Amino acid sequence: MSRTSTILTALLSAAAFASTASTAEAYTAYVTNEKDNTVSVIDTDKMEVIKTAKVGQRPRGIVMSKDGKWVIICTSDDNDVKIYDAKTLEYVKSLPSGPDPELLTLHPDGRRLYIANEDDNLVTVVDIQTSKVITEIPVGVEPEGMGMSPDGKVLVNTSETTNMAHFIDTEKHETFDNVLVDSRPRVAMFNAAQTQLWVSSEVGGTVTVINPADRKIMSKISFEIPGITKEAIQPVGIRITKDDSLAFVALGPANRVAVIDTKTFKVLKYILVGQRVWHMYFTPDYKYLLTTNGASNDVTVIDVASQKGIKSIKVGRYPWGVVVSPD
Amino acid sequence: MELDHLVVPTARSVVQSRLWRFICIGFIAGCAAFAGPAFAEDASKSAAPAVAPTPIPIPTTTEKDKKIKDISILYVKQDRPRHLMPLSLLDLPSPDDGIAGAKLGIADDNTTGRFFNQKFKLDVLNGSVDDLIKSAGEKVAAGDNFIIADMGPDELLKFADSLKGKNALIFNVGNPDDRLRQEDCRANIMHIAPTRAMLADALAQYLVWKQWPNWLLVYGPDPEDKLLADAYRRAAKKFGGKIVEEREFKQETGSRRADGGYEQVQQQIPSFLRGAKDHDVVIVADEKQLFADYFPFRTLIPRPVAGSAGLTAASWHPALEFWGGTQFQHRFMRLNSRRMHPIDYDAWVATRVVGEAATRKHAGDFETLREFIKSPKFEVAAFKGVATSFRTWNGQLREPIIIGTPNLPVSVSPQPGFLHQSSVLDTLGFDKPETKCKAYTQ
Repeated sequence: MSRTSTILTALLSAAAFASTASTAEAYTAYVTNEKDNTVSVIDTDKMEVIKTAKVGQRPRGIVMSKDGKWVIICTSDDNDVKIYDAKTLEYVKSLPSGPDPELLTLHPDGRRLYIANEDDNLVTVVDIQTSKVITEIPVGVEPEGMGMSPDGKVLVNTSETTNMAHFIDTEKHETFDNVLVDSRPRVAMFNAAQTQLWVSSEVGGTVTVINPADRKIMSKISFEIPGITKEAIQPVGIRITKDDSLAFVALGPANRVAVIDTKTFKVLKYILVGQRVWHMYFTPDYKYLLTTNGASNDVTVIDVASQKGIKSIKVGRYPWGVVVSPD
Repeated sequence: MELDHLVVPTARSVVQSRLWRFICIGFIAGCAAFAGPAFAEDASKSAAPAVAPTPIPIPTTTEKDKKIKDISILYVKQDRPRHLMPLSLLDLPSPDDGIAGAKLGIADDNTTGRFFNQKFKLDVLNGSVDDLIKSAGEKVAAGDNFIIADMGPDELLKFADSLKGKNALIFNVGNPDDRLRQEDCRANIMHIAPTRAMLADALAQYLVWKQWPNWLLVYGPDPEDKLLADAYRRAAKKFGGKIVEEREFKQETGSRRADGGYEQVQQQIPSFLRGAKDHDVVIVADEKQLFADYFPFRTLIPRPVAGSAGLTAASWHPALEFWGGTQFQHRFMRLNSRRMHPIDYDAWVATRVVGEAATRKHAGDFETLREFIKSPKFEVAAFKGVATSFRTWNGQLREPIIIGTPNLPVSVSPQPGFLHQSSVLDTLGFDKPETKCKAYTQ
């Protein structure tokens, strides 16, 4: 490349960046539709579905490879994990997972994939490059939530019937502590500073915040919404803002996302979204939070700054998981 | 510039960085390395956290107190020979009905228990109620304090009274009689099995929600059928249904099969229903399933059948897959090589109640667990979407009830719109103001 064209390219891309910097970045979001066996692809700038692709049976948990080239999906009724090309949604390969995989998390090393294997009470660790099972870690009954510490050293798995958060050393692949939480823990999420681990209890109706350093419970958060029965408040998805100041908790059939101050653990606001809201994902610029609303077949786009739902996007039937591309 | 790794550049800083790069490229090649970290696309979209992670100290494996606490659960099953078998081959009882569910519950409790050094085991006794009283008395003295009981109503009362004042807590899985939760209640019995009133209320709510409120009630000759008919009458009154007519099905159904056998039945059922007042649904009360299954598709006028055949209400459905039920069903199938029946589910809940109490209290001693189980704080998740718990006025498990056809769940009651001041689950069965149970309230 000649110097002139390099300069030109640099200028053009700088101009392109400057022009988009004022508006939102366009990212690609992928939503698994549990009932349709499809993935809806959303352009987060246009806020519309640009493609719907057939995938394996009963797609649920979804993550992306570190380089953004692959989407990795738990295809529960196929009893495996399937990898698709992020651009074309063409099938790449399958990974062994054990029966009925539900949620998964990728290690920051970009290779080790940790899969909750509910039928066998195990966490299965698979190398996504070689497609080989590295090891299996015995945990409680019905492992589900998978929270990876940002430095990749600790994995927390929740078991839905044992009702524990299992702390796993990712070097030795052994549990080193187990913390009891309220009934049916679904999701575990570390804050960026690794000073808090948030665990949602779907049937218990609470969120437990645990100090990862000593595994002591820092706070147990409950929810009260006028006109909504206690039984309908079922916390599942959790996301924490980049600066660790706010946590967003999806409340299932209460059809709301709670906004919580991570210092005081007080609920600041309930944002009305679609029906039976479960999983959520931030756009990489943390401007928007996307929620999957299983019972109303849509995705709500929450504007993070104003804490308001600004758009509802129709997707397939029973949307379950969501991930947004890193670029 | 190093800071750009940690702090997401603002649009301005990025543009400045780009300018830097542009200038660098324009002058010296070595400058490119200096400008590298601020590569705009990477920095603006990188997943690098705004907050640096604090390392989590991982304890070296501590040798915890490895003393294992044993918790035994006793399953007592009264031999109840049946005079007649259910009509359908699909409904024939399994010899391990109930016990199979308790076995799965013990396995689940042990998966959890290993994190707390608790080990659960199951002892099973079969026999007449007198045999069971004798053996259970010995077992209780030896430390089997939690007992799952599958017995007739009078036998259950006799059994419970034989253990009065002893360290025993009984979980009733085999008996739907409302009187055991009302005037004949006992302080040492917790009831896992739903009552006839709960099942009838659950079905009635669904039919009323469907706006099919006019029911023709057909009931069998057995005392249980009459109690079930009472439950439907009560449910109709409670939720705005109307029983337009009642008929007792007195015909002797005979052996459950004869070669052929359908020719006469398809004449018999429509003629039995001749002249009935117009109705939306035929509700059949036939607890032993000796004739109800003759009704669907054999009625005189085209009407759906509910109750003991057609659309039924139960604590469990063998095809339930809501709320993570799939894994639960798989575990049961793998352990027992058959589908899960409601009594298996009830026995599983009973073992989970004990397991849950032991986990929450980090304890295995009877007094602590009994007190906790009987307290209003106690809850256990049981694949029903909401927590199940015990009614403090009679020890009855409070749970959603599944409405289903033979192949699939149709709905779950309580239905939308049936409200309650404390828990909508208490719209099913006898509520606190209606209680006649003195053992719990005094």
